[in-house]
This record gives sequence, structure tokens and C-alpha cells, in this order.
Amino acid sequence: MKLSIIMSGVFLINPCLCVFGHQGARVVVSRSFADFTPQASFDIKKCDVHRLEEGPPLKAELTREQGLQYYRIMQTVRRMELKADQLYKQKIIRGFCHLYDGQEACAAGIEAAINPSDHLITAYRAHGYTYTRGVSVKEILAELTGRKGGVAKGKGGSMHMYAPRFYGGNGIVGAQVPLGAGIALACQYQGNDQVCVTLYGDGAANQGQLFESFNMAALWKLPCIFICENNQYGMGTSMERASASTDYYKRGDFVPGIRVDGMDVLCVREATKFAADHCRSGKGPIIMELQTYRYHGHSMSDPGVSYRTREEIQEVRSKSDPISMLKERMLSNNMASIEEFKEIDVAIRKEVEDAAQFATSDPEPPLEELCNHIFHNNPPLEVRGTNPWVTLKSVS
Amino acid sequence: TFRVTVRDALNQAMDEELERDERVFLLGEEVAQYDGAYKVSRGLWKKYGDKRIIDTPITEMGFAGIAVGAAMAGLRPICEFMTFNFSMQAIDQVINSAAKTYYMSAGQQSVPIVFRGPNGASAGVAAQHSQCFAAWYGHCPGLKVVSPWSAEDAKGLLKSAIRDDNPVVFLENELMYGVPFEMSEESQSKDFTIPIGKAKVERQGNHITLVTHSRYVSHCLDAAAVLAKEGIECEVINLRTIRPLDVESIETSVMKTNHLVTVEGGWPQYGVGAEICARIMEGPAFNYLDAPVTRVTGVDIPMPYAKILEDNSVPQIKDVIFSVKKTLNV
Repeated sequence: MKLSIIMSGVFLINPCLCVFGHQGARVVVSRSFADFTPQASFDIKKCDVHRLEEGPPLKAELTREQGLQYYRIMQTVRRMELKADQLYKQKIIRGFCHLYDGQEACAAGIEAAINPSDHLITAYRAHGYTYTRGVSVKEILAELTGRKGGVAKGKGGSMHMYAPRFYGGNGIVGAQVPLGAGIALACQYQGNDQVCVTLYGDGAANQGQLFESFNMAALWKLPCIFICENNQYGMGTSMERASASTDYYKRGDFVPGIRVDGMDVLCVREATKFAADHCRSGKGPIIMELQTYRYHGHSMSDPGVSYRTREEIQEVRSKSDPISMLKERMLSNNMASIEEFKEIDVAIRKEVEDAAQFATSDPEPPLEELCNHIFHNNPPLEVRGTNPWVTLKSVS
Repeated sequence: TFRVTVRDALNQAMDEELERDERVFLLGEEVAQYDGAYKVSRGLWKKYGDKRIIDTPITEMGFAGIAVGAAMAGLRPICEFMTFNFSMQAIDQVINSAAKTYYMSAGQQSVPIVFRGPNGASAGVAAQHSQCFAAWYGHCPGLKVVSPWSAEDAKGLLKSAIRDDNPVVFLENELMYGVPFEMSEESQSKDFTIPIGKAKVERQGNHITLVTHSRYVSHCLDAAAVLAKEGIECEVINLRTIRPLDVESIETSVMKTNHLVTVEGGWPQYGVGAEICARIMEGPAFNYLDAPVTRVTGVDIPMPYAKILEDNSVPQIKDVIFSVKKTLNV
């Protein structure tokens, strides 16, 4: 991999390193900032384009700070999902649990390219986005375990987590796509220069309501970035068995599209920036297909090996893991040290452990809350219970 | 007083709310340049333009979803279904995306949207265009379901629905659009609203309670006029809202009259009348009943086309009169 090192005049603060002296005494040594490359330029894979004169750039700039941040985000999502796997097997999480490990570069790359004031909506494989859109690991895990400290107070569960500018978490395949186009319509209507990132999977890509959304988004030039996270399988059905055309970036027909390496956080970031610029300049919607992979099965009830081989999964893990790829890039360009990454890993492990601890010890929501949140800004109302003698109270 | 058709009352309501709050907008098929399939939105596109009055392609699931998304992101859409029969194509967006979201998000995400359009039987439009959806939508928590009868109902309730921060299903009736009603002085105020969830006693009486909604309020009032000549005084209650159901108003009336007949256009099984029967049985009014509740409903068949068949598929005034007398055992 070719690269060019850029020495900028900006100096960054480095963490301290512990060095053990030969008598076992601990000596703290400060690595000087001149030791690390502050910024580097990386080649990224060229994106196939549909109905576009040009695509995203072929090089991505990465600062040391950004690199460590993306690493931190992806590693946190990875560890959080693995913790959820563990808790599910212990039956502390129940129902649906669709894990995101393997796809971290998508969520991290997209968030790096948009503003916090932009909007995002996705389907049910949503824990990664819930995190990147600002919800803590603690509140996510506690929602999965159905406790009152969960982001939706335990009332939503895995597929129904929300945050400002993050519209879930949606359980019905494809339904989130018209919603996303509607959010984009609101952005256009309010003239606020914001965009809506609307995600769906290769399985949902065949839903009729998507094409209805593409049509209206194109007609009205809505600032909507439609993103197909193609992880190659819709539950147990491979894309070849479900789609007459697997060129998901072309499926919008009259909507321009780009096909992106979804395992490379820099590629995702550059493509999303390109897409956001396209939308913000009033050109209308655009489709991005992120080619990615999920290590887990469709959900926790799917071992994930009846429709694909263990070899295939292992191959992706060893050759294309998004976190390893970023780490190796930074290490081989002297942008960070192995110890730094270890420290980050340790800190994340602790964060996830603490979150899991909270998620398993926080109490379940009180029964008094059962009927609340039916209506907004409404006087309290009575809700029928399971039998005529039970009337429950509901407040907004 | 002012003589206004239901159509014009709905138009006034939307006009006033569009003017009052710039987040309000209308979308649906033919609502803009065609002035509305039933002319309910006449003149609005000319006045407010493309941004506020939006013609959509014939893609209900798509545009209903777009409307819900816009509501989530801070606008206040009015989503018109040309008839509620077509809402079935979009019903997932109404129920799963709109109605349930406030609860699932534990109060973080509200959906201030109105779904409106004609509901129930029309004239000669046959089976696929004549279904009543009051019971289907009335079944679901998270929705408010409104069914106006008069012009005043239409205006006041639509204004309330638009101002409500929750998803409201607003069931109009095509056969009522052209019917003129006297409207009160106060209904001409731009801030005139009728509260959702409160029924209205349209006619007082002591012998029997008639509970109904939408077009059948007229039938009940006509039946009551005929019965009055025979000395039977009917109390006619116009539900105005299907959900939440104003059971108290019904109970208060039944505790006075001791007899109850429900009248609706929809099918009997699992319908509005069935719900009223169950609620009456569970409450204090049961002990005041001198006879079981009678339900007058549409016939349990898909709507036929031929006029004689269609006329006999929905409650007629004579059916109401007959049922009242049977219930009173006279």
C-alpha cells in the first residue's frame, strides 16, 4: 500500500507510556509528539458509480486523532455487541437481538462524514447506530436487558431505541425507508441544509415501498442518502437467491448510486461525504451500497452457518476486519503505538463491563409505568387492564 | 347562523390551520392541482402553493410513510387517503410507524399526524371501495379515531386533530360532503375546536338511547322524528370520536332511558356496536338495562353493486325504527 506521510505543523498531545525498569520500578515516560505521524493519506478503493460523472476521491486523509477516534468507536461497538451475545446466551437478554459485529466501519464511517445536526434512521440491526448517534453503551445494554435505565426505559427493546436525530431502530423490514424520505422532506421544507441518512439491508432492497420512496425523493429532490448495507444475506437467503439484480447501488434506476467498500471506514467516510455534498447542493437523493459482512447470524436465534461456511466467515475476519484494517494502517504508518491501542482496548473493556453490570443490576421498569406514553401532551387517561376491574392510569 | 356543507367546513378547517401554523401541510393524491378528488381541498393549492399542498404519485405506502417521517422530524402533515380503502396499502405505516412509536420510545418520539379521507359506504362503488374502517383503527392503542357527522363536527374536530400532537385517523363520509348544516356563530372563530373524545347528545329523549356516528346520526334523527309521532322519545348520541370512546355519555343516557340501540354502517362482527355492548355490560349502566342492547349494522357481506342490493346492505331509517320498537317491546 502506497502512502505519503505528511508532517504538519500541528502538534498533538500524546498519552504517557509506562516503562518498567529492570528493577521492577515503574518509570513513566512521555512519548514526544514528534514520534508519531500526525496525519497520513491513504489510498482507498475506487467506488463503482451509477449515473454519476465522478465518484468519491481515491485518497483519504486521516489524522492521528481521527484514527484513534474511529478505532475507539468501532472497538466499542464490537465489544458491546459481543457482550450482548454473552448476555443473550445467559438469557438476560430475550426476544430479538440482531448483532452488528463486522459492520462497524459503516456506522463509524457514516457518522464521521455527517454532522450531529443531520438525521439518521435504520432498521433493526441498530445497536451500532444507536451508539454513534450518541446513546451510551450503558443505556443500550440496559434497554436490551429491559431495565428502567434503558434508553427507552425498557419499553422498546433491541429494535426500538431512539435519540435526538436518530429515529430508531425499526422492526418492519423496509418501513424505515419512506420514513427516512419523510425526514428528508422535513429538512427541505424547513430549509435547514440538513440531510437524512436512510439505511436498509440487501433483504429490504426488494421492498416495493423503497421504490415508492426513490420515486418521490427523486421527483421532489429530497436530501436523502439511501444506504444499502449489503451484508450479503437477508436472514438465511443469500443476495443471489433473493434479488434478480444484486447491483444494489443501481436499483434506484434514475437515482444516482455508488458502490462502496463497507469494511474500510475511510472509504465509507469519503463516500458519505460525497453523498452528503450531493444532497446538500440540491441535486436530490443518492444511493450508496456498502459492501459489508456480519460475523453473527441474522439474529441470536440463527447460528449463521447453515447458509454460509465457517471458512467464509473466517476469511472475512482475517482479511477484511474493519478494526484490524484501521489498526494496521495506523501502526504501519507510525500513527500510534500498540500500547496505545491496548490502553484503549482496556478502557473499552471496562466501559462495557460497567455497562453490563448496570444492565444486569438495574431494576425493571415499575408496573406503574405500564400504560404511560400512549399519547403526547395529553391529559391523563384510563386504560383498561386485563379484566374489567382493572383500570390503569396513563400519563404522557 | 351560517349554512355550510361538510365539504366546505373541512376546507375551512384546513385553510385556517395551514394559515395558523406553517408546519402544517397537506399531501395526497389529487389534493393540489385537481382541488381534491372530492374537492375537499379546493382552492388550497392556489393559496398555499407547492410547498404546503403536495400532489403525490399513487403510492400509499410510500407517501404515508413519508408523511409519518415528516411528522417525526417536526412537521405537522395531513395525509389524505382518497378513500380509507386505500389506507390498507399503508396500514403498516399508520399502525407500526405512527401509532406505536411514542410508546416504544418511552415518550421521546411523538408523531403529530392526521390521516384523513372518506370512509365507509358511498353510492354504487361496490365492494373494494365501500369498507368502514372505524373498528379496525379503533382497535389500536396509540391512535385517536374521529368520525364527524355535521359541518360543525367536521370543522371543530379536524382543527383539533391537526392541533393534536398524536396520530389521528379522521374518518369522513363521502355522502355527507355535500350536505349543508347550520353552523353556530362561535364555529366561525379561527380558534373554534371541538374536543376529541367527547360525544354529543344531538336529541334528548327519555325512552331509549340511540348511539351512532357519522352518516347514521342523520338516520337516527330521522327515525327519532318518526317515532316521536308515536310517542316514543329517542335520545340520539353522536359519538364524534370512536377512540377514545366516550362511554360515560352513553352510560349516563342509558341509566336514564334503560334501553340502548347502536347504529353503524360497518360490519357487525368485532365492530363499534360490539364494543359498546361490552363496555355497557362492564359498567354501572348494565343494571339499568331493561332489555339487551341491540346493534343495527351493515349486512355482513362485501358491498354489492346493484342499487337494490346496496340499499339493503346498510342500515335504513326503517331498520332503526324497527329495532327501537323491538328493543322497547312495542
